[in-house]
Amino acid sequence: MDDLQMKQLQRCLERTEPASLSAVDISTNSNGPKQDSFFDDDNEDLFAEATEEVSLDSPERDVLLSDGPSPAITPITPPTSVITPRIGNTHDDMFTHSSFDEVEEEEGGDSFDIHLSVSDPEKIGDGMNAYMAYKVTTKTSMSLFKQRDFSVKRRFSDFLGLHSKLASKYLHIGYIVPPAPEKSIVGMTKVKVGKEDQSSNEFVEKRRSALERYLMRTVKHPILLKDPDVLQFLESSELPRAVNTQALSSAGILRMVNKAADAVNKMTIKMNESDAWFEEKQQHFENLDIQLKKLHASVESLVCHRKELSVNTAQFAKSAAMLGNSEDHTALSRALSQLAEVEEKIDQLHQDQANADLYLFSELLGDYVRLISAVKGVFDQRMKTWQKWQDSQMLLQKKREAEAKLQFTNKPDKLQQAKDEIKELEGKVQQGERDFEQISKTIRKEVSRFEKERVKDFKMIIVKYLESLVQTQQQLIKYWEAFLPEAKAIS
Amino acid sequence: MMQEEVNEATSVLSVYGHTIKVTEVLQDGDTLTFIIVSQKLSGTGEYHVDRTYEDFEWLQQHLYAQEDVPGLQGVIFPPLPVRPQVNASAKVMKQLGFLGLGEWQPYCKALETFLRQVAAHSILKKNKTLEVFLTSTDPPGRQKLRRNIFNRLSQAVEGLWKEGHKDVDEFFHTERDHNLVLTGHTRTAAEKFLDVVLTEQKIAVACGHFAAALHICVENGEDPEKKAFSRVCVKLSEVFDSIKKNMTSIAVNDMNTLGLGLDLDSRYLEAEKEMLFRRTCKLVELENARKNAERAKPVKKNAMEEVKKAAEGEFEQICKVAKQEIVQLNQERVEMLQKNLIQWCEQQLQTAKEGADAYNQHLQAFIAMA
Repeated sequence: MDDLQMKQLQRCLERTEPASLSAVDISTNSNGPKQDSFFDDDNEDLFAEATEEVSLDSPERDVLLSDGPSPAITPITPPTSVITPRIGNTHDDMFTHSSFDEVEEEEGGDSFDIHLSVSDPEKIGDGMNAYMAYKVTTKTSMSLFKQRDFSVKRRFSDFLGLHSKLASKYLHIGYIVPPAPEKSIVGMTKVKVGKEDQSSNEFVEKRRSALERYLMRTVKHPILLKDPDVLQFLESSELPRAVNTQALSSAGILRMVNKAADAVNKMTIKMNESDAWFEEKQQHFENLDIQLKKLHASVESLVCHRKELSVNTAQFAKSAAMLGNSEDHTALSRALSQLAEVEEKIDQLHQDQANADLYLFSELLGDYVRLISAVKGVFDQRMKTWQKWQDSQMLLQKKREAEAKLQFTNKPDKLQQAKDEIKELEGKVQQGERDFEQISKTIRKEVSRFEKERVKDFKMIIVKYLESLVQTQQQLIKYWEAFLPEAKAIS
Repeated sequence: MMQEEVNEATSVLSVYGHTIKVTEVLQDGDTLTFIIVSQKLSGTGEYHVDRTYEDFEWLQQHLYAQEDVPGLQGVIFPPLPVRPQVNASAKVMKQLGFLGLGEWQPYCKALETFLRQVAAHSILKKNKTLEVFLTSTDPPGRQKLRRNIFNRLSQAVEGLWKEGHKDVDEFFHTERDHNLVLTGHTRTAAEKFLDVVLTEQKIAVACGHFAAALHICVENGEDPEKKAFSRVCVKLSEVFDSIKKNMTSIAVNDMNTLGLGLDLDSRYLEAEKEMLFRRTCKLVELENARKNAERAKPVKKNAMEEVKKAAEGEFEQICKVAKQEIVQLNQERVEMLQKNLIQWCEQQLQTAKEGADAYNQHLQAFIAMA
């Protein structure tokens, strides 16, 4: 596939805009301007369908593009049966919403329908070699999978292993690979030594929940879902043990990604960002990073105080009970004992509310802080790709100059060698340019997806949180209504 | 001039005791001045006076120092709150407890209660000092009175050992034991409840911070996704403002009803403890007087007998008054706690209902936003 064919394909895509859609600019030089007509995301997806479903080197792409100027591109208007969005999903689970976009993106019309759960944490083994095994259950109707309802046992390092494989395959071409949960030496040690207290139970639950969210984010990504490693992870009963998980921890991956960022900062030629979209988005994510961290800290503080309130309420309940016991007046004594009971129940409510604050907001914000790191990472990968392209171009230039000089010498061997090298480098430069355009396209799409998902995620969590708040209040009302007659009965 | 007024034989208060209000507190540097308003019995208006804590202490000292009031030491004196301090140290804050919260509103309420209790006390209201305190435009004299037996410091120094002295009377024996237990538990309950209220306030503040932080996430721009996310942030910020309001309400309810109730109860039980101690001291004095009379040499015998008789008489009076006071206190305590518990419950119920409504509205708004 050469440059000419590539250009033909893209011109073809440009020409096949149906009248009903607004003008979409997918100029080959995606580093150029014209970002105000940025998109109706739906349209963007339709165009992208043909080229971006597969990585540049995969065999599928060649099939798609090898038919000359009018390759077998899937029709712009998707078949109507696929358009119908699945609304009114009755699943209670957090992440099984489906949307118009995801439905469209599927080749073969397989609508997104997966219900994942991570459950039944089980301690395997003893002492410092012990680990937690989690049951990963998948319920799906998608043809991608061999069965409709199946489960496997996985341990934490398996999840890390999955992430590392996905990161190594997709990060450098611009896909935002969801980060895996963090390792925690303190948390795990408590579990290993068999300490069964509230904090270690909370740790296991936090981790279980985080693993579930991680998997759901991964499968919701239309590209990652189809990855054989993901499928193997979900389906295969035995998984080769992931070794060297230190390097594989998501923190490790992100360190790698950040190293790319450092390399970028040290670049001698600063990338000439003539694409305002990228410049703006990059700044936006920098700001968002800071804001989310602030929010996260704020919520952690709130959770801390809620827990404190729970402790204090319990202590007050005890002191009220003792007071009730020492009162002579029967009715007063009973009222004070009732008071103690009410306070104990309220204490339980405080605990539940603290958990809601924690699991819902704190974890959500923590997830997004890590996601932003991954997003910033792909932006840096784009810069690296640009750098590589520029390097090839500079080298080509040098070689051309050298070849020009050789023209005047009588060294036919050297000349031929130079010509060969130049031909090779020209190929590299073209590839470099393609890579850069591809990653830029991918990132635009990924960012758009991210921003959509973000709104959905937040809304969903907030609705859950409000539901828990309303429930707590209604429970409180019941308690107070029950206590009032007791208080009135004192005299 | 003030001194003369105090010594005049007078009777009743010229204001309605239950209308006494401490309406505001003014702060000038480190000095706090309280404005006290009371309705005239004659129906012709009100008295407005300004008093400092020293003036309250002056009133209290005069009440303690009354002469020719039989059995005065058996009175359970309405407790005056501890001295307030602007920018109080941690130690003082702990002493003040609930009364140190807010902008001195609970403290004003406690002073108000003190004055009303004095005005309502059958023995104490006869003292002219209260009338002067409530009606005189000039602040009462602030000279220190002679040391008297009520000086708390002297009590502590004189002999805590007397506290355990065996009693001659079953009623008082029981009451002393009971008071000891009850005082401890009530004080603990008040302290623990204060911890609860302080944490509730912390949560309200944290919610406010979160709400503010969310506003920083709001971005301008035409991008539909950006707008959507900004909307989410703004709405969520409103939710947390609601939570803050709810928590603040809960804390205020706690403070104004059960908090003040437990605080007052705790201080009254301490006042009862002090009265019981005075009685015990008198008992010791009486037993000594009896011993002295018994062992006295004939020369001193009559004198000792006089002393003994006087002591017996005083002790009897004290016991009589004390019994009445104890019965009354026990009754009033129950009434007061009941009133506070009912108020507390009703206010918290109201707040919970308001909270449920507010959260439900937010929930519907969010669902509709999808």
